[in-house]
Amino acid sequence: MAAVSTRDIVKKFGEVPAVNGISLTVPDGEFMVLLGPSGCGKTTFLRIICGLEKQTSGDLMIGGEVVNELPPRARGVAMMFQSYGLYPHYTVRNNIAFPLKTQRVPRAEIERKVEWASQLLGIGRLLDRRPRQLSGGERQRVALARALVREPTALLLDEPLSNLDAKLRASARLEIKQFQQRVGLTTIYVTHDQVEAMGMGDRIAVIDGGCVRQVGTPAEIYDNPADRFVATFVGSPPMNILSQNGGYLGFRPENFLPKDMMEDANFAEFNYRVDRSEYLGSERIVYGVVEGFDPKQVVTAKLPPAHVAEESIRPGEWHPFAVRTSALRYFDKDGNRTSRH
Amino acid sequence: MVAIADSVPKPASRFRFILDRRDVLGAIFVAPAILYVLLLVGVPFLMAVYYSLSAYTIYNPTWQFVGLSNFIDVVGNPVFRQTLYNTFIFTFGSQILGLILGKFGALLLLRPFPGRKFVRAIIILPWAVPIALATVAWQWMFDSLYSVINWTLIALGIIDRSQAPNWLGNPDLAMLSIIVVNAWRFFPFAIVIFLAGITAVPQDVIDAATVDGAGFWRRNYQIIVPMILPIVAIGLVFGIVFTFTDLSIVFLMTNGGPVGATSVLGFAGFQTGIVSGDVSHGAAISLFMLPVLLVVVIAMLRFIRRREI
Repeated sequence: MAAVSTRDIVKKFGEVPAVNGISLTVPDGEFMVLLGPSGCGKTTFLRIICGLEKQTSGDLMIGGEVVNELPPRARGVAMMFQSYGLYPHYTVRNNIAFPLKTQRVPRAEIERKVEWASQLLGIGRLLDRRPRQLSGGERQRVALARALVREPTALLLDEPLSNLDAKLRASARLEIKQFQQRVGLTTIYVTHDQVEAMGMGDRIAVIDGGCVRQVGTPAEIYDNPADRFVATFVGSPPMNILSQNGGYLGFRPENFLPKDMMEDANFAEFNYRVDRSEYLGSERIVYGVVEGFDPKQVVTAKLPPAHVAEESIRPGEWHPFAVRTSALRYFDKDGNRTSRH
Repeated sequence: MVAIADSVPKPASRFRFILDRRDVLGAIFVAPAILYVLLLVGVPFLMAVYYSLSAYTIYNPTWQFVGLSNFIDVVGNPVFRQTLYNTFIFTFGSQILGLILGKFGALLLLRPFPGRKFVRAIIILPWAVPIALATVAWQWMFDSLYSVINWTLIALGIIDRSQAPNWLGNPDLAMLSIIVVNAWRFFPFAIVIFLAGITAVPQDVIDAATVDGAGFWRRNYQIIVPMILPIVAIGLVFGIVFTFTDLSIVFLMTNGGPVGATSVLGFAGFQTGIVSGDVSHGAAISLFMLPVLLVVVIAMLRFIRRREI
């Protein structure tokens, strides 16, 4: 186990930069999530860490050592792929044993470690099956066992849950997180799913256009986004952004409430015309426009249905809404966070 | 209530929708293929079986049944045993050489380089060129006087003119020559088979092996080759069947010589049965291909099914 850090990693494919100067430090034992939209460079960055791609420039350190020139097998990192990349012609046992065989670990030792890894992930009874005889969840565990069996310096996961159905994904999320905490393994987890990022990461690095936009705990990312991109990428529905005084004003939909629900004394008031509302059981999403701002800018409110009076959100009418002052966020004209306008 | 028209529905003809029935339509579609196989493969095969059990020659076209005596004659002939041996050497030698060339050719063609599309297109030429044409070209390359191979070797100073090999005159070199020509013909097919197989291996699997610590050789021989083995085996079945029954290269290049060193089953059967007119013995010789090919094909197909992944 080791810390992984990078300094100004750039990767160009031809003239196009996929990764554009990422400097990131993942301390030993941390669960770091790389979150970003597809094509943002997060997977390329992960492939650079494990050595499948070579960076155009910049340094990569694992355990304090610069490993730029080391081939993948010398870096000691393990990676789990989106489609798992299990070897279809091997049994589960041989799949898990493969990374040990490449390191010429003695046979008895291999047997012991395969046993250990399969116990850890509860796949002992599957050892003699082949990957095609396994369900999606089982394949994922086998891939994880294969990644862990040689006790890697760091574990890299590339969207490992995207092939699972929604229900399995929730339980797998919990499992991976608990598992990582138990083993205390430095983990870098790539995803475009903010629920996975928020739920699992010790810290999240939000990536866009090949650059890190913000690194922070899930709460920091959500409550104090560094710029407009982070503010609108994280959160569902995303943060409302309104043009104001040459900059932007932002607030989260759940902080945008009917005025009579305000408990705080300091709040900013808005006149809100409700156009449409969706009842989703645990919440109600309301779409509309705010008086005095761009009428094309849809503003959403996320309301707890139990506490909102029906008449305060009647469609087509103007209603007094408000946001507590402490929940307002300001961005300058370039989208960077400022304290005030 | 007024019954406007109480017309009795006319019973549809039993054959009106006959073409809508899958079983009938399927039978009609498949009939030409079945007829083709029965008339052009089945009938000649049965005739060959009968010829081999008769005393039929073109000089004495009798259908007199002689049992297995033709086969006993053939097996007792040391020339035939040499031919059978040659056929195996020729078939497996050229297949192994073709597969090796195909594997490395495919690996080279997978790498991006300028002009790759062009090379990929022309590499198929040996397979597409008419065999007669290609063999004539090769015959000149192996010619005892004008061999371009010898010329090159002499020019490079590797050999002396006095010891220049007589490719088609020495029994071992003649066998090597026809193996090389056949491998040259077969390897574009092998390249295509390997390319198809290797590109079908998911990149994630190859990447996983790389990260798991496998180098080039381990990746190739423990991951990629086992995964593409079923498709390679199919290609090999084709190669073996076509080579084992082939006579064109031998016929055009060496005529079985020198002294029968390159005679193969197809060629010997043709010589005895057609050229010499001894149809019954020719048929018996040719029928020796059958059990061998049957065993090869069944073994291969069983292997493929077992390895299915």
